[in-house]
Amino acid sequence: MLGQTLREVSAALKQGQITPTELCQKCLSLIKKTKFLNAYITVSEEVALKQAEESEKRYKNGQSLGDLDGIPIAVKDNFSTSGIETTCASNMLKGYVPPYNATVVQKLLDQGALLMGKTNLDEFAMGSGSTDGVFGPVKNPWSYSKQYREKRKQNPHSESGDSDWLITGGSSGGSAAAVSAFTCYAALGSDTGGSTRNPAAHCGLVGFKPSYGLVSRHGLIPLVNSMDVPGILTRYVDDAAIVLGVLAGHDPKDSTTVPINKPLVLSSLEDVSKLCIGIPKEYLVPELSSEIQCLWSRAADLFESEGAKVIEVSLPHTSYSIVCYHVLCTSEVASNMARFDGLQYGHRCDIDVSTEAMYAATRREGFNDVVRGRILSGNFFLLKENYENYFVKAQKVRRLIANDFVNAFNSGVDVLLTPTTLSEAVPYLEFIKEDNRTRSAQDDIFTQAVNMAGLPAVNIPIALSNQGLPIGLQFIGRAFCDQQLLTVAKWFEKQVQFPVIQLQELVDNCSAILENEKLASVSLKQ
Amino acid sequence: MLARALWLGLRVPLGGPRGFTSKTDPQGSGRITAEVIEHLERLALVDFGSREAVARLEKAIAFADRLRAVDTDGVEPMESVLEDRCLYLRSDNVVEGNCADELLQNSHRVVEEYFVAPPGNIPLPKLDEQEPFPHS
Repeated sequence: MLGQTLREVSAALKQGQITPTELCQKCLSLIKKTKFLNAYITVSEEVALKQAEESEKRYKNGQSLGDLDGIPIAVKDNFSTSGIETTCASNMLKGYVPPYNATVVQKLLDQGALLMGKTNLDEFAMGSGSTDGVFGPVKNPWSYSKQYREKRKQNPHSESGDSDWLITGGSSGGSAAAVSAFTCYAALGSDTGGSTRNPAAHCGLVGFKPSYGLVSRHGLIPLVNSMDVPGILTRYVDDAAIVLGVLAGHDPKDSTTVPINKPLVLSSLEDVSKLCIGIPKEYLVPELSSEIQCLWSRAADLFESEGAKVIEVSLPHTSYSIVCYHVLCTSEVASNMARFDGLQYGHRCDIDVSTEAMYAATRREGFNDVVRGRILSGNFFLLKENYENYFVKAQKVRRLIANDFVNAFNSGVDVLLTPTTLSEAVPYLEFIKEDNRTRSAQDDIFTQAVNMAGLPAVNIPIALSNQGLPIGLQFIGRAFCDQQLLTVAKWFEKQVQFPVIQLQELVDNCSAILENEKLASVSLKQ
Repeated sequence: MLARALWLGLRVPLGGPRGFTSKTDPQGSGRITAEVIEHLERLALVDFGSREAVARLEKAIAFADRLRAVDTDGVEPMESVLEDRCLYLRSDNVVEGNCADELLQNSHRVVEEYFVAPPGNIPLPKLDEQEPFPHS
């Protein structure tokens, strides 16, 4: 039941094979069993059970609200949720309870979805591992999968035990782990430079970043306003399309959203012969793992063998993209983080000498090194004498990057096909050897350009690596052609038949794993 | 002590022209001066806290300097990807609100319907009056 598609479980709810409350309880029990993954910061058990009860009444009266009625979902903890603590995994917002729901949260609740909880992330979504939040790192459920464990047994050099668990990627790693471990059917992430697609790739999920302007950002605590979009994490493309159908459209509370003409309906693509797939040659970088490179070209071959036109395209400014992103991101972060001053909400220090001293100490105590570092860099790039050379320069390069995509699409390409990540998920102990900035520069390399151009993009899991870990590829579409993009992604998903994660062992042995976890000193407050 | 619920702004003017330069070293090592560090700390209202943080900024600047290689002559800066689209502002009518109590609950110090701030207009101590980094 928990591994089914949204439509299947929705049908089961309609036919009374299972009630929303039973479904909710199954998920809650799994959340408890997989607590050591650290996917959730807050589990909203009472809220979910109450919502399930109301949903149950609707089903009994034959008044279901639609496909999402009674479906357990999770929301990244940087979306405001009325009456439920929203922390951004930062000391700065510990204890902050928003008085309103983000528009995307409200839309899901209006459809009868059950909010299971708020998921873990890198502090203020700044990171690519979900390792840099104040509640501790998120563990990739695939670390405990039968597929990965069996491969490791074959390797005599690998240690037994749990010390080399894998990161989920990030920054929406909690949402990815929550969906991957079957504790919910869909989760909201956010995507500024790849934060939804990256963990989706590492956790074997569909991770969808909509066109900028299609989905409301109202209530999403901003990181980079000109690039942030709410993201969708699901196990199947159809599920992502259903959620997108609910979320998309103009929101009077977000003036950067545009109206959509017709509802989003995903049809099945039978024939790809009219399709033109572009392969950006600059995405073939030396750091790309040979396994991913091989799967990438096999995917291109698959399209070709089914009659699609596959052509090489050039996005000449690709190599400057990550640098440009770095300047724009830190600059907007510096401006956005100015709101956290300790006065109206969030953390406040004990110093009362002066307003300035209170601000400074509050922000020192409230932000981690990564956030402070980005604020300082951003302020440097925005200094009067640097503004033109760094910030405006980056905005100009941004136009060149956006134009690269426009030119590729104007040359007749429908969809671009690229890798999502350089490699499969790495063990935590390896990941933390590099600092956050270096890591983000490597991990966002294939994903952030899309944010600068505002395009829709989706990670689709394609196969397991030799180590038994998920590998995903990224499809990039034209702006506001999200439906076409997902249609192609759905066709591809059907062809590759990505294996389902086998977690039975994890669930059975969870108590044993929990015992071994005490060293990790993870603080989970629920 | 009482400050009306005002947005005080973090960019408080510190007065007087400042004679710092933030140009990076022409050798490309990206070293930044003590004056720039102090200025940034005041603007950002966060401190570097350690020499490693300064080194991180220097690395971040060196990384950003790669953009200089891109020819952007005649290119207009791009502020928004929706620049060529019609966007809609909602009409300026109050349709919700009356939640002052809820909002005040999220503040640590309030008196009646006021947020309480410490005394204003007292600048942070100068760099030479404080120890910027603990000696290791």
